[in-house]
Amino acid sequence: MTRNDSPLVHGAMVRWHLSTAMLWLCISLFAGLLYSLQLLQHWPLPKIEVLSPGRIRMIHTNLIAFGFLTNAFFAMLYWTVPRLTGVRVASRRLGWTILVAWNAIVLATYVGLHLGQAQAVEWGETPVWVDPLVVVGAILVWIQFYTPIVKTKERSLYVSLWYFSAGFVWLGLTYIMGNFIPQYLVAGNAAGPLLGLYIHDLVGLWVTPMGWGMMYFFVPIILRKPIWSHALSLVGFWGLAFFYPLQGVHHFLGSPIPMFAQYSAVISTIAIEIVVTTVIINFFMTWKGSEGSLKRSIPIRWFWVGALNYFITCLQCAFQVTLTFQQVIHFTDWVVGHAHLVMFGVFSFWIFGMIEHLWPKLTGREWWSLKLRSISFWTTAIGLSGMFLTLTAGGLLEGFMSLNLVPRETILEAMRPFWFVRTTMGFAIIAGVGCLATNMVMTVVASRAAHADFEYAPYEEQGEEASVGTI
Amino acid sequence: MERFSFVFLVAGLFFFALAFLISGAIPMLAVKDLDVRTVEQLAQKPPFEFALLSEQYPDAYAKAFPGMSQTEAFAEALRTGHRTYIGEACWHCHSQQVRPWGNDEARYGRKSFPEEYHNELNMPPLWGTRRIGPDLIRRGGRQSNDWHVAHFYNPPDVNPGSVMPAYPWFYEADGLTPNKKGLSIITYVQWLGSWLPRGDETLYDLEALAADYRAPVLPAVPGAEVEQTDDGGEDDFWGEE
Repeated sequence: MTRNDSPLVHGAMVRWHLSTAMLWLCISLFAGLLYSLQLLQHWPLPKIEVLSPGRIRMIHTNLIAFGFLTNAFFAMLYWTVPRLTGVRVASRRLGWTILVAWNAIVLATYVGLHLGQAQAVEWGETPVWVDPLVVVGAILVWIQFYTPIVKTKERSLYVSLWYFSAGFVWLGLTYIMGNFIPQYLVAGNAAGPLLGLYIHDLVGLWVTPMGWGMMYFFVPIILRKPIWSHALSLVGFWGLAFFYPLQGVHHFLGSPIPMFAQYSAVISTIAIEIVVTTVIINFFMTWKGSEGSLKRSIPIRWFWVGALNYFITCLQCAFQVTLTFQQVIHFTDWVVGHAHLVMFGVFSFWIFGMIEHLWPKLTGREWWSLKLRSISFWTTAIGLSGMFLTLTAGGLLEGFMSLNLVPRETILEAMRPFWFVRTTMGFAIIAGVGCLATNMVMTVVASRAAHADFEYAPYEEQGEEASVGTI
Repeated sequence: MERFSFVFLVAGLFFFALAFLISGAIPMLAVKDLDVRTVEQLAQKPPFEFALLSEQYPDAYAKAFPGMSQTEAFAEALRTGHRTYIGEACWHCHSQQVRPWGNDEARYGRKSFPEEYHNELNMPPLWGTRRIGPDLIRRGGRQSNDWHVAHFYNPPDVNPGSVMPAYPWFYEADGLTPNKKGLSIITYVQWLGSWLPRGDETLYDLEALAADYRAPVLPAVPGAEVEQTDDGGEDDFWGEE
């Protein structure tokens, strides 16, 4: 297994982290689908304590955050950081340690949630005894990736590295803040804001910087041209760094948290809309002039739809955070739709784009089936869009019914068709991701065509994607 | 290298600390004078439903809380019930927070106030972000023990449209008698809101509430003078009678 191993890049790490990420993703998607069946009153596994629907729900979100997204981002970092700095990661042995340790943490979380040991921190339900291990894992990640960033002789850092430099430290700080302080030090109204900060920072200060850094690395390479404006991307970075951490309290608007904290969260959330616009402008201006890439390159298609979804998500953010909207949509499926759009429709789609681009280079083989790549894209994209629309529409209905004091039984009755569509779309998403996973496995097992370009090359010379020539 | 330290220190550490100060530390200071009550302190006043449970299911009760006084048993039941509530993700479909808008107060009573959450069972608080079922912060006493026993076993039996999961493992093998988990989760739910007087007529009468609880008027700015009010508002909310 020395394919795409070079003195600079530890290819095995990229392959392993991507493979484990896809494994956790598949388990998580099944968990989500199962839970949606409970809302249709068709729970298929009654009377089994370890498979209680509530536990399955927490497994769904935690495996996405720590199993899928984080593993995939580690793979992305092993690929990009040495290329951007020209320096190896700290140690290959440390790499194996992180791989095993991180997946052991995810496994422990998975088992712990099945056993009913959850912690009452949303997106961080990892049992309390796993929490210290996560912090150790984060510190190992610092050592591994800060080493090349500190050692590099490049005179200026590319914007992706700015995001990564800040993102690593944010991961550790966010985790400590959200999982330890409210659990052991403060209670009630003093702890609540920290839960909001944790929910928000895990997405905003870990997933988002990694995702943006990934997009800024791969999109120019696939399109074979520089990003439209490096200066604008740095504006985006400083905007993210300043405004994002301030927003956490907006998850608990209307709670007993002091109003000055609630208002500051609302205002900074509206402000981040401007920042996000810089990223979206940068993406579409880079893409402009290469419109044909949408037809020829599947990776660009994933990135493009992801960027579009991102625009929708953030436009939503700026409105839904206002107290006027909050009256209606808080506590409803609107928020669930919003979460699916950003975690799956944006960052997971971008990761799929990266996988589509990297997998042949990593395995040294051409994709097993070109048709399956296209099917995977369309099924997943349609499934996600349908799920987002049905949850948003259902959430609005639910919100207005709730506001008008309609009895809860009637609300549940009204939600059934929306939940039915949601489950159907869940099947579509599983089918789409299943196609991608099958294609990845079959590429390793059965693909005969050798991929032409899998040796290491400096990143300026990469990017033959334009020649793929698929549907 | 220069750029890296700048990014690391300013974006990575300073901005994060600034946000923590504004959204985390200052709200903490605003409630720094409230004591965090332990479960043992909370257990001093069990709602009558708990005593009733011990009479309704004496064998299961004796098995679950062997040789404990009522207070000890109630503390133990609160802890177990709270753990079960978290482990089964009840808090992902039931909020524990009444907002001052969205007609929440008409449905669930007076808006939530900080004192309700300053106890060991709210580390961390279970406010929740989704409301598929009703808000639970004042749910105690709304339904009888019998209702809960039937409901947890299979919610659609009681409420046909309910999408709440069934919890048969809260019961002994006979499917009728709640086991320790069942007794505890019922105790926990019946305890919620027991710090407020029961009955709908008090739900909207804020003046009566203020007189009843003598809720403290907290200064808007920590450390500032508290305005004197007629109802003796600055008295300790949790003060002993």
